[in-house]
Amino acid sequence: MNHLLKGIVGAIGLATAALPLAAGAALSDDKVKIGVLSDMSGVYKALEGPGAVIAAQMAIEDFGGKVLGKDIEVISADHQNKPDIGASTAREWIDAKQVDMITGLDNSAVGLAVQGLAKDKKIITINTGAGSSALTEEQCSPYGIHYVYDTYALPVGTATAIVNNGGKKWFFITADYAFGHSLTGNTSKVVESLGGEVVGNVNAPLSTNDFSSYLLQAQSSGADVIGLSNAGQDTVNSIKQANQFRIVQSGQKLAGMLVFISDIQSMGLDIAQGLQFTVAFVWNQNEETEAWSRKFYDRHGAMPTMIHAGVYSAVTHYLKAVKELGSDDGDAVRKKLGEMELNDFFVKGGKIAANGSMLHDMYLVEAKKPEESTEEWDLLKVVSTIPADKAFISMSDTVCSLVN
Amino acid sequence: MMNRVLFIFMLIAGMTAPFYAYPVFVMDLLCFALFACAFNLLLGYAGLLSFGHAAFFGGAAYIAGHVIKAWGFPPLAGILTGTVFAMVLGAAFGYLAIRRQGIYFAMVTLALAQIIYFMALQLPFTGGENGLQGIPRGQLLGFLDLGNPLIMYYFVFVIFLIGFGLIYRTIHSPFGEVLQAIRENEDRALSLGYDVDRFKLLAFVISATLAGLAGATKAVVFQFASLTTAHWQTSGEVILMTLVGGLGTVFGPVVGAITVAALSHELGSFGSWVQVILGTIFVVCVLVFRRGIIGELERVTRKR
Amino acid sequence: MSIQVILAQALLGLNAGVFYAMLSLGLAVIFGLLNIINFAHGAMYMLGAFIALVGYSYLDQWFGIGLEVGFWPSLILAPLVVGGLGILIERTMLKRLYKLDHIYGLLLTFGITLILQGLFSNYFNVSGTPYPGQPDALSGVVNLGFMYFPTYRLFAIVFSLVVCFTTWYFIEHTKLGSRLRAGVENPQLTQAFGLNVPLMITLTFGFGCGLAGLAGVLAAPIYSVSPLMGADLIIVVFAVVVIGGMGSIMGAILSGLALGLVEGLTKVIYPPAASTVIFFLMVLVLLFRPAGLFGKEK
Repeated sequence: MNHLLKGIVGAIGLATAALPLAAGAALSDDKVKIGVLSDMSGVYKALEGPGAVIAAQMAIEDFGGKVLGKDIEVISADHQNKPDIGASTAREWIDAKQVDMITGLDNSAVGLAVQGLAKDKKIITINTGAGSSALTEEQCSPYGIHYVYDTYALPVGTATAIVNNGGKKWFFITADYAFGHSLTGNTSKVVESLGGEVVGNVNAPLSTNDFSSYLLQAQSSGADVIGLSNAGQDTVNSIKQANQFRIVQSGQKLAGMLVFISDIQSMGLDIAQGLQFTVAFVWNQNEETEAWSRKFYDRHGAMPTMIHAGVYSAVTHYLKAVKELGSDDGDAVRKKLGEMELNDFFVKGGKIAANGSMLHDMYLVEAKKPEESTEEWDLLKVVSTIPADKAFISMSDTVCSLVN
Repeated sequence: MMNRVLFIFMLIAGMTAPFYAYPVFVMDLLCFALFACAFNLLLGYAGLLSFGHAAFFGGAAYIAGHVIKAWGFPPLAGILTGTVFAMVLGAAFGYLAIRRQGIYFAMVTLALAQIIYFMALQLPFTGGENGLQGIPRGQLLGFLDLGNPLIMYYFVFVIFLIGFGLIYRTIHSPFGEVLQAIRENEDRALSLGYDVDRFKLLAFVISATLAGLAGATKAVVFQFASLTTAHWQTSGEVILMTLVGGLGTVFGPVVGAITVAALSHELGSFGSWVQVILGTIFVVCVLVFRRGIIGELERVTRKR
Repeated sequence: MSIQVILAQALLGLNAGVFYAMLSLGLAVIFGLLNIINFAHGAMYMLGAFIALVGYSYLDQWFGIGLEVGFWPSLILAPLVVGGLGILIERTMLKRLYKLDHIYGLLLTFGITLILQGLFSNYFNVSGTPYPGQPDALSGVVNLGFMYFPTYRLFAIVFSLVVCFTTWYFIEHTKLGSRLRAGVENPQLTQAFGLNVPLMITLTFGFGCGLAGLAGVLAAPIYSVSPLMGADLIIVVFAVVVIGGMGSIMGAILSGLALGLVEGLTKVIYPPAASTVIFFLMVLVLLFRPAGLFGKEK
């Protein structure tokens, strides 16, 4: 046993000495590697998934494929909506595959796990997919950026509009994990601050196929509005089934707290028309967005969600920061990104705040009536713009420990 | 003879692994290998098929993670707490389950494990679907920083060796002989005056405890306790590992765990084809190679 | 809580219960005759749903066959295909294991489950693809007074009940059924009377799998079709069979329906426990009445 111990201690000594010292400047290795970690096979596949990898590749191609003379590479993996799989994949990417930045992360539980891990390893994460505002609040990280939307921004537009139209009593159907809880919590605050009332909540597991029993509970609660704090196919299923059980026809209103254009396309305008929700991007909002979106469509076979556009924008700005700095060191890049003003087709005048939240305008949109739609993906019209300072938590209210 | 060769090989491979393989991955292998060895003690030597071993593996992971994260236990104490929890849980499950036989035994353990899974999902400290995240690795014995991958690795390797050694001793003790006698012919063992139920229960508790040790260690390695570890599919996976490696052999579960985990890892980019391949291997094992890799090896070497 | 809510949830529970009943019925028949727990039963259910989906939406796209197999043909076709696959599995694999511990049958079918699940996960979204082929005649809604209920779900309930009780009647009250039961009770003796027991076993396995396939087609329009739809269900169905009493036909049907109701009502009282309440009951039954509510211990 003694020999064994000595052997171990010796081996550790040797290995520690042999570990390469971190390079001071320039690129950490001979490449800039970007990891897209996403749900490639499940409930959120359509809203981020493989499309996000395409968006990242497009960003790199448009950037010229190289930064500081070195190749830029994308790798991707499926986190299967399991935080442990997401975290261990990210860990291996950082430890063994020299990944410099991780993006995607369209599941709040995965996003929080990966951001926590990347914080220890001083690696930048730009979360484009997850919602939970904990990413920039309770669990904010000096290396974590939250880029497209969060559960604070979503209800600001949607819930305000609905309460002001008379939807005072709310019942929530909540996806039973970090994202859903955060969204229901934040929406409840908005509803109550406007004089509304929350009469009940039921948690439904992620990736539920049959929402009927939850919907009927919501129906019997006497609420005016059924708030759907879920996303992706869960939202699609709940709205479709609400239609099957004639929930809306019986006088209640559905409020999708997080809806993507891919969801509307999948359920069809017949069912979706009139649904109001909040997004960060509409593909046919102007010529610039449309030009990029059509290019994306040619490669992906579907129009971009706000996340797809966000991934392109995030990767582009990350590469810009690396180029201007001449380094991919996590601390320096994060500082640089905080100083930049972000401008492209996705965002105008965006700023990354100290808590990691990317501040930009959001839009309250409405699903068109079938007769208003001019082509397959012409599904949304903008109702109003929510300015960045309203949409995101202000730095005086944040609980993030990095601020102040 | 073969066991000695394999043991030396395992020792050398284990000592050198972190210099040519990704340490966290090897640690994962070691945890699963220990888990499979613990499971094998029950199925391979006592003939009891538990379909609920994930409850011990996952349950211990949650308890260890919780006491380390929330109560500030040092890592070793945390792992031991998790292990003790698995032991107690094993005693309770064992007490309820050993009265049933065969398929019924499997079903009772499955049902009990589902209840543990439910608790892992619902109890406030587990974090539900998010899992128990951000478990600090901390300092071993107050001065060895487990944040260093190599120190962490050798810590896990030592735990594995201790667990493995315990199982080896158990199998080759008079107690182990009786277990095998029970497996071969329960009625005969009973007529020889052995308290069969007590032997079974003890085997169950030892197996559960070591499964818990593996789970608690995994939680510290990954700084994470997740629902996956407590899910019934993990119970299925450990059966797969044990069977592929060789039921009732000392090294079979180790080889099986490495084979299965390495396949899943290396073929990860092929998506679900991994499942197809694993399923096929499993079917072939059940149909043709019921002895598993090591079992078949032993047969071949013995013939010569 | 109003009676309306309870009625509504009970009906939804029954909706789930008929699927439990159909699946556990097949499982019970197989267990009765082969003494094998067919882990692949969930995969057979999934396969049935996928045959309906592929037949309706993907034949042209995948195989270049300009054909659309509708819901009604699928309802006949899918059970036949799935049953055929079951027969193939029994003939080529399972029959080699009869002399061994029954556990090997469980393990083999577990492996088959992995293969089938993996295959479909490669091509289909694991959270489900909607089945668009629901017949127009059933697409409406029925006003039951206390709630609006989709016609199709009502159809699925009635149809499944008819299938279940027909099967029960067939096994308990026909000549062929009595031979089958004789084969269950005492295979050697039955064989000695000149009945072809191996053939009976093969056909029974095929029939059980076919039932699972049928349940899959019925479930497709309600739950959407996913590679994991069977994996989520099979563990629950195990519990149903154990509670009903392994090998008991009526036990499987009744406990399937009853547990669906229990689950539905739990969703009203304490939703988080809905997915686990069945396992609590299973533990209780196994402790106090190990042969199940309707079974007798062998």
